[in-house]
Amino acid sequence: MIASAFGVLFDGFAYGMLLFLLSVGLSVTLGMMNFVNLAHCSFAMLGGFVTVTLTNDLGWPFLASLPLAFLSAALVSIALERVLYRRLYGASDLAQCLLTIGIVFVSVAVAAYIYGTIQQPVNLPSYLRGSVAIMGQSLGVYRLFLIGVSIVITAVLVAALEFTRFGAQVRAAVDNQRMARGLGIDVDRVFAVTFALGSGLAGLGGALAIEIVGLDHAFAFTYLIYVLIVVAVGGLGSIAGSFVAASLLGISDMAGKYYFPELGAFLIYFVMVALLMWRPLGLFGRR
Amino acid sequence: MTPFTLSEPQRHLEAQIRWQPVELAFWLATLLPFVFAPNYLVLASQIAITALFALSLDLILGYAGIVSLGHAAYFGFGSYTAGLIAKWGWGEPLTGLAAAAVAAGVLGYATSFIIARFRHLALIMITLGLGLLLAEAANSAGWLTGGADGLQGVRMWKLFGAFQFDLYGTTAYTYSLTILFLAFLLARRLINSPFGLALRGIRENAVRMPAIGAPSPAHIRKIYTIAAVMAGVAGGLLAQTTETVSLETLGFARSADVLVILILGGAGRLYGGLVGAIIYMVARDQFSGINPQYWYFWIGTLLIAVVLFLPNGVLGGLTRLMRLVRSAA
Repeated sequence: MIASAFGVLFDGFAYGMLLFLLSVGLSVTLGMMNFVNLAHCSFAMLGGFVTVTLTNDLGWPFLASLPLAFLSAALVSIALERVLYRRLYGASDLAQCLLTIGIVFVSVAVAAYIYGTIQQPVNLPSYLRGSVAIMGQSLGVYRLFLIGVSIVITAVLVAALEFTRFGAQVRAAVDNQRMARGLGIDVDRVFAVTFALGSGLAGLGGALAIEIVGLDHAFAFTYLIYVLIVVAVGGLGSIAGSFVAASLLGISDMAGKYYFPELGAFLIYFVMVALLMWRPLGLFGRR
Repeated sequence: MTPFTLSEPQRHLEAQIRWQPVELAFWLATLLPFVFAPNYLVLASQIAITALFALSLDLILGYAGIVSLGHAAYFGFGSYTAGLIAKWGWGEPLTGLAAAAVAAGVLGYATSFIIARFRHLALIMITLGLGLLLAEAANSAGWLTGGADGLQGVRMWKLFGAFQFDLYGTTAYTYSLTILFLAFLLARRLINSPFGLALRGIRENAVRMPAIGAPSPAHIRKIYTIAAVMAGVAGGLLAQTTETVSLETLGFARSADVLVILILGGAGRLYGGLVGAIIYMVARDQFSGINPQYWYFWIGTLLIAVVLFLPNGVLGGLTRLMRLVRSAA
């Protein structure tokens, strides 16, 4: 049982890293603009379908398709931000929720129209398949790769936020948008760039998610709930919060499925409601 | 002694309470399906049930400003209560419905203590979480609810011992419409009372209301429980008229649908949910004949259009149009 406990921990952590990639962009943009973007997972789904099309239909290698998944999600998000989102800054939570749920509905229907309602397969290169034995434990190569990618991205994100001029502008805008504007920071531009980066990361997450959780037309809905849980529990605008919340959620979900399969997803919903009742602003939330 | 006269604000409130001719026309029009569309009475009863559900959401969202993504919890709870009672051998509709109302009300009262403590994103997430919790619980308790197969073996007795629930839906529509009308009268009375005014105050400024001496949390608990009862009744009606209960009654999709319906019609107006339910259900009935996948495309587009161009829903748009016409004339 001890060996499998380590296995569950490892798989859960890998799953948590996936959730982190999917949700970190939403956490930062929500913290900055207070814009409730429920369509975040539609960008992730877009990234996933770009990778599926490139690898299966056009014969691209899997790794080469990942940057394109990132780029396409980022570009589409910029377009949507310009056309739709921008009109609703400062509108009520409810209006933002509804607009973005509308986008989710449309994206789900379009995905079903183009790709059908079946699970999409992805061809992994041989060096990402199988498992390796480390210290007597058999670990999936792809999960190790996923954890590696996520940790590198987290490190880059944290470093960029802490040590670059742009990062300082983002932090200022999250802390106090009006003050940041008063100091001459172009918050709208900062937001647009952050939004594109966050959506791009979601697209990358969507591409990486295919092997672990599968990809079908309903992805934008299924994972929306997980992403919202990560954001709400971690606290808005906090990368560290998202990281901790995603790890917790991934591990507890995996452990729940493994040890109490009859409870289903009951456990994670219960953990979320309990955590929110204890700290309504999330674990790391400040306002 | 001078005769008692109404002040200006009182007269304004009086005018809002008075029944308008268009309201009478609306309720008379709900009788039309009996004459002109006897083949669509089943759909009509579904519309009446959905309208009741949307009306219950309107009470908390449109008037008290509580955004809920988990309102289906009370609908489904009422549905399972009414279904299980009938399955266990007591198929009398009205007492079954009363039981559904009580069960949903107890659940609503219990959760209202949580709801009244939170606002904004935390509130949305908690309502979502509670709804998902209940759906998962019903899914796990397959021995009670039938799990993913749905609750089978619901048999209803005749209404008042005389009217059979038939395939044509004549009894179902009469029954649902009557309950909807009674609930609507209750909601209308409630909204036009001082309590209803206090609710609108909470929606507009939740901080100032306690400052002028109105106990906001107590008001929120009260209206949330009432809305839960109404949602439970709607769920009970669905169980009784279709004689089956599925997990879908508790699902997130139903919570989202009812939100869409209410926004489409216009939140914060008593008729918003009713008009929204008619448009939504009739359109879905027409479109789903083609392909259910496309339905989501159109409802999504519609939702985006309503948020961008009709912030107060169809009814809000109509009111604005009427004002334009009147000022032009």
